Amino acid sequence: MTLWAAVIVAAVIAFALKLAGYLVPESLLAHPRARRVTAAIPVAMLAALVATQTLGGPQGTLVVDARVAAVGVAVVALVLRAPFIVVVVLGAATAAALRAVGWG
Amino acid sequence: MTDSAGPQRGAAGPHPAHGASTPDARGPLEPAPVQPSPLEPPPPGAPTLDRADRRAILRQGVSVALATGAYGVSVGALSVTAGLSVWQTCVLSLVMFTGGSQFAFVGIIGTGGVAAAPAAIAAGSMLGVRNGLYALELQRLLGVGGWRTPAAAHLTIDESTAVAVAQPDPRGSRFGFWVTGVAVFVLWNLATLVGALVGNALGDPRAYGLDAAACAAFTALLWPRLRDREMVAIAVVAALVAVALLPMLPAGIPVVLAALAALIAGRPR
Repeated sequence: MTLWAAVIVAAVIAFALKLAGYLVPESLLAHPRARRVTAAIPVAMLAALVATQTLGGPQGTLVVDARVAAVGVAVVALVLRAPFIVVVVLGAATAAALRAVGWG
Repeated sequence: MTDSAGPQRGAAGPHPAHGASTPDARGPLEPAPVQPSPLEPPPPGAPTLDRADRRAILRQGVSVALATGAYGVSVGALSVTAGLSVWQTCVLSLVMFTGGSQFAFVGIIGTGGVAAAPAAIAAGSMLGVRNGLYALELQRLLGVGGWRTPAAAHLTIDESTAVAVAQPDPRGSRFGFWVTGVAVFVLWNLATLVGALVGNALGDPRAYGLDAAACAAFTALLWPRLRDREMVAIAVVAALVAVALLPMLPAGIPVVLAALAALIAGRPR
């Protein structure tokens, strides 16, 4: 699969999911259990992404480096109710600063 | 797109917020055979939002869009450093148009390359399921039909949904939905283009901490969703499963499998 094909397939699926919500009868997802599970999917996926993007090294290795510190700073910023972009910039700046002094 | 719009829920608007996100709470919607465009003045005689209401909703939508634009710059930059071209980045923003999914897609391509494309598509799509759930909520509230349905579907994202459900009456919800959706669409696409061009101009993304920016961004997307202990438990289980599987499976697959942690929410109660 080329990268272009992947981009287009992913984009079309994303649109189809949105459209489906307007076209399917609501009763299809009326079961509260099904609703709870689908509502929890973003939480599980985002947590998995945080973990793998922070600890993943080359070829499936686990690495502790400046990214861990960046996530720590991000969490502190979030506790202090910093806006999204501030959290992202602080995360990047933390890692960049640590790397500039030779760690991670 | 981001959950940065979350706190907007019920925060603004001249009316007391309903709190309930279910359209049922607002009473039956009037039948509307011809939907007046929310951006045009309604026909004379039709009950209308007053100007102060419209201004408040407009301000809300635009401020949400500005915040999202800032996030778009980082998605654009990370996209090109993950190996996508500027054009591919723009197509993602124009057609996929849902930030969390775009982020997941480029994050997995960034670690696994084209070989990880199936996992990247799966992860992006699973994160996009929530837009379909928003659409289920919005179909009654917006009362769209005909050509407006695909347009509304395309603009159905975290931000437009949050602003729509925050309005106390259906007319305000419709106005808020379209205003926010269009404003975010414009700024998001401009921002990801700028981010992609900036990302291309930068050298080693690690030196600028761009890989860590992705980690921080995913953390910030997750944070507002950790509303109760069950969500925290699901997040912890998913993170542990993903890390445990990371050394054994190709890039991206652990993230897709970790989504099974969401089944915890379906336990009988």
